[in-house]
Amino acid sequence: MSAWRAIFQREFSSYFATPVAAVFLVVFLFLAGIFTFSMGGLFDRGQADLRPFFQFVPWLFLFLAPSLSMRLWSEERRLGTIEILTTLPLGITQAVAGKFLAAWLFALVGLALTFPLWVTVSWLGDPDQGAIVAGYIASAMVGGLFLGIGGLVSAMTKNQVIAFVVTVVLCFLSLLTGFPVVLEFFRGWLAPSAIDLIAGVSVMTHFSSLMRGVIELRDLVYFATAIAALLAATALVIDWRKSG
Amino acid sequence: MPALINAQNLHKSFGAIRAVNGVSLTVNAGEVVGFLGPNGAGKTTTMRMLTGFLDPSDGSITISGVSLHDDPIAARRCFGYLPEGAPAYPDMTVRDYLTFIARARAIAPREIAARLESVVARIHLGGVIDQVIETLSKGFKRRVGIAQALIHDPPILIMDEPTDGLDPNQKHEVRELIRAMGSTKAIVLSTHILEEVEAVCTRAVVIAAGRVVFDGTPEEFERRAPAHVTRNRMDSAFRAMTAPTSEVVT
Repeated sequence: MSAWRAIFQREFSSYFATPVAAVFLVVFLFLAGIFTFSMGGLFDRGQADLRPFFQFVPWLFLFLAPSLSMRLWSEERRLGTIEILTTLPLGITQAVAGKFLAAWLFALVGLALTFPLWVTVSWLGDPDQGAIVAGYIASAMVGGLFLGIGGLVSAMTKNQVIAFVVTVVLCFLSLLTGFPVVLEFFRGWLAPSAIDLIAGVSVMTHFSSLMRGVIELRDLVYFATAIAALLAATALVIDWRKSG
Repeated sequence: MPALINAQNLHKSFGAIRAVNGVSLTVNAGEVVGFLGPNGAGKTTTMRMLTGFLDPSDGSITISGVSLHDDPIAARRCFGYLPEGAPAYPDMTVRDYLTFIARARAIAPREIAARLESVVARIHLGGVIDQVIETLSKGFKRRVGIAQALIHDPPILIMDEPTDGLDPNQKHEVRELIRAMGSTKAIVLSTHILEEVEAVCTRAVVIAAGRVVFDGTPEEFERRAPAHVTRNRMDSAFRAMTAPTSEVVT
C-alpha cells in the first residue's frame, strides 16, 4: 500500500475515534436544514431547486471546515508524533495529501448526507438536476479550499484554537472579497483592474458562478489551482520547520 | 564495510543559540553507543539531526552509505527511531498503530501480520495489543514506541531515552532487548543512567555544550574518574568531563 493511503486511512478513522465526527455531522446537517428551510425559504419560493441550500454552504463551511482542519498538523506537533511522521520513509507531499484527502472526504460525507433535500425537491417538483450537480460540485470545491487553508494554518502552530480562529478569519476574508459591497468599498481608491483582480481571487465569485448551474472550466481550474497551491505551501511550511 | 551511521562535523543553531557545535559520530554494526551528556548538551538535537527531523546548519550525515540530505527517503528506510517521550496517537489501539506504521513504511500487506506478531512477542505487548494507547501505563507506552521503531527490522536503531520512566523490571527487559539486538545492529541510545552504559553499551559518547568530550569504551570512561574515587566512579567521571570546572567536586 502506498504510504499516503496509510496516512489517509488513519486520519479519516481518527475523526470517528473521537466525538468530532458525530458533532460535525449533526451540527452541519442541523444548520443546513435551518438555513435552507427557515432562512432560505425553500418552500416559500415556489421553485423546485436547491439554491436556498447551496447559497449557505460557504457560510456553513466557514466554521465547520476549520473544525476539521485545525488538528491536522497541530495535533501531530503537540503530541510529538510529527517526529515519527516526518522521519518515516515517505515524501512530505504524501503526508500532506493523505491528511487533506481524509478531511475533504469527511466534509464530502457531510455534504452527501444532505441528500434528503435533493429527494424533497425532486419529489415536489422537477428541478434542474444539472444545476444541483453543479451546486454540489461548487460546495465540494469551497469545502476543499477551506480545508486547504486550514491545513496550512494548522501546520504553523501546535495550538488548535489558534489554528481554528486564524482559519476562520482567512476563510471569511476569502469570501468577503467577492461581495459587491466590499468591492464597492475598494472602488473609490483602486484601479478597476485591481478590483477585477480582487473579485477574481475571491472564493465567492467562483462559487456563485458554479452555483448558478454553469460548470465552467475556469472556475474548476481556480479551485484546483488554489487547493494545490495551499497543499504545496503546507508541505513547504513543514519542511521549512526542519531547519529549526 | 562502511559505517552504518556516519555523521561529520554537525552544527545546529537555533537563532543565536548554538545547540550542537561540531559533533562527529560513526557507528558500525554490532555497536551499541550510549549517548551521554547533561540536559541541554545537545543530545536530542543531535539525534533529531541523525534522523532527519532537523536539518543540520552544517555538516553531513550518511545512513547505510546513503546521504540523508540527498536521498532522505532511502536513508530513512534503514533506521527505526524512538523520539524523546515515545510519542504515539493516543486514540489508536496498539494493533492499529503498529499496522499504520507498517503500512506507512510500505511493508507488503501480506507481511504485516507476521511482522506485527514477531515484534509484539519480542517486546511483550501481547496483553495490550487491542488496548487504546492512552489507557496504557508509561512503561507500555514506551514499549509501543520501541515496537514502532522495530517493525521493519532496521539495521540501525536510534532511541532517545528508551528506558526513561520505566520501573527496574521494565528497564532490565529493555536493556536485555537492546543487548540482544546489539550484536547485529548499529544502535544509538541516549540516557542519563550511567549504569545503563556499563550494562548494555559497547561505546560511550559524551557531549557537553554541543561538543563531543569523550568517545570510548565504558571501561575507558570509568578511568576518567579521579584515581582516589572508589565509589560511583562512572558518576564521578561524568562530572569530571561535563561540569563547568569550578563545580567539579570529587
